[in-house]
Amino acid sequence: MENLKRGAAAIVGVAESDLGQVADGMSPMDLSAQAIMRALADCGLTLKDVDGLFCAMTQQRMSIVSLIEYLGVAPKFIGSSMTGGSSFEFHVAQAAAAIDAGLCNVAVIAYGSTQRSVGRKQASAREVNPYETPFKPFLPTSAYALAASRHMHQFGTTREQLAEVAVAARKWAQLNPVAWEKKPLTVEDVLKSRMISYPFTVRDCCLVTDGGGAIVMTSAAQAKSLKKPPAFVLGCGHGVTHMNISSMPDLTVTGAKAAGEAAYRMAKLSAKDIDVVELYDAFTINTILFLEDLGFCRKGEGGAFVSGGNIAPGGRLPVNTNGGGLSYCHPGMYGLLILIEGVRQLRGECGARQVKKHDTAMVHGNGGVLSAQASVILGTSATV
Amino acid sequence: MPNDSTSPYATYVSHLEKGELAYQFSPAANRAVFFPRLICPYTGSDQLEWRVSQGRGTVYATTVVHPAEGAPFNVALIDCDEGFRLMSRVEDVAPMDVKIGMRVKFRVHRPGGEEDPVAVFTPEAA
Repeated sequence: MENLKRGAAAIVGVAESDLGQVADGMSPMDLSAQAIMRALADCGLTLKDVDGLFCAMTQQRMSIVSLIEYLGVAPKFIGSSMTGGSSFEFHVAQAAAAIDAGLCNVAVIAYGSTQRSVGRKQASAREVNPYETPFKPFLPTSAYALAASRHMHQFGTTREQLAEVAVAARKWAQLNPVAWEKKPLTVEDVLKSRMISYPFTVRDCCLVTDGGGAIVMTSAAQAKSLKKPPAFVLGCGHGVTHMNISSMPDLTVTGAKAAGEAAYRMAKLSAKDIDVVELYDAFTINTILFLEDLGFCRKGEGGAFVSGGNIAPGGRLPVNTNGGGLSYCHPGMYGLLILIEGVRQLRGECGARQVKKHDTAMVHGNGGVLSAQASVILGTSATV
Repeated sequence: MPNDSTSPYATYVSHLEKGELAYQFSPAANRAVFFPRLICPYTGSDQLEWRVSQGRGTVYATTVVHPAEGAPFNVALIDCDEGFRLMSRVEDVAPMDVKIGMRVKFRVHRPGGEEDPVAVFTPEAA
């Protein structure tokens, strides 16, 4: 983001709401409120300190208005950009800008979903596109499957390599106490699972869970006086290339390329400077595409890069250390949960899954069908 | 200014009803535009011409959907020779035998009832 100042704002509080399968009757707003109170406790602030509020949800058409009603607050600045799962990475850039401009001082970004409890069809409105809907693609899965087919054709990527992404995610999930799926998983298990939209079996696809989260942001100056070490926002960037998969210019190159380049430019860093990577893995192809587009390997080499335990615990590059949308939690829109994991890794709070070197994190959100991409680079005080 | 008398989608469907696959061409961008719309997404020009495709193309990407009930079916993205891409399916061939790079030709599928006709494809060689 041009003109956004490197390190001027920081994430100071983070928390998940209840995850997985939540109590009967719990609403997306209940989960958001629960996460907000936990995130404020995490940094030692209270609701009275919050004067900026951001959210986006699939079950609430005017979610920011619902959240204001629920909390009984009157924030000075609000935002509710809706770009699907990447909304929250967009919100981080907007909150950083608002804080730097003095429009608010303490911003909260929140999310909640009960999509597992209410069913996927109830959790988000179906949209009709007369140029796609008649062909009955199973969305979003078939859109990502089309991208995978193209990657396999163009670069020789294999179903086994896609499965390696799911296996690595599962290994990380086994180290995360709150992960939803922890059963051992092999490449063969992934390939033999129920086919959904070729080349994806159900194990190439993210979970369908309830869940939510919240993060608290403030200025760098105020961040230093709070309870936990700040995660400074070093870089932000985005790239929006299409809405519908039939309008994506090149199915093997995503908006993550533009997003990453802008974020690296602002952060004055490159991929080789990143210690831990949290990517939005709605499907196994995502991890491969984003590792390529964010510069961790060359275009076309993502399949080989994720193989042989390279991104699993103990591998060359720690990727999706919470277990990802594939094995940890995927409550409809997952982008806020990767920001939370990125911050916790920088703080060194991650227990068995903690990465050794943890000064910088690349958090990359994905929305729609590879449509709306947004990157946030976070760093510890050592990086500012 | 009076209201437009037709919509981009209605024009597209009226061509399909005549057995034609229509697309738009933007002289300002010197390239095809699809899906049909009022503004060229490459230049912002509102001067878009309707053209009829020769109906030949190549499979760009393909998947096979396995529904909870019923037989698996193909969904594909087709690159037409005039330089536009659309979502469709390839018929008259087993869904897993639809391959990227396969040459295909257009035909109209008329679902009947209230549903509009749609553009589907078959292998060119058949």
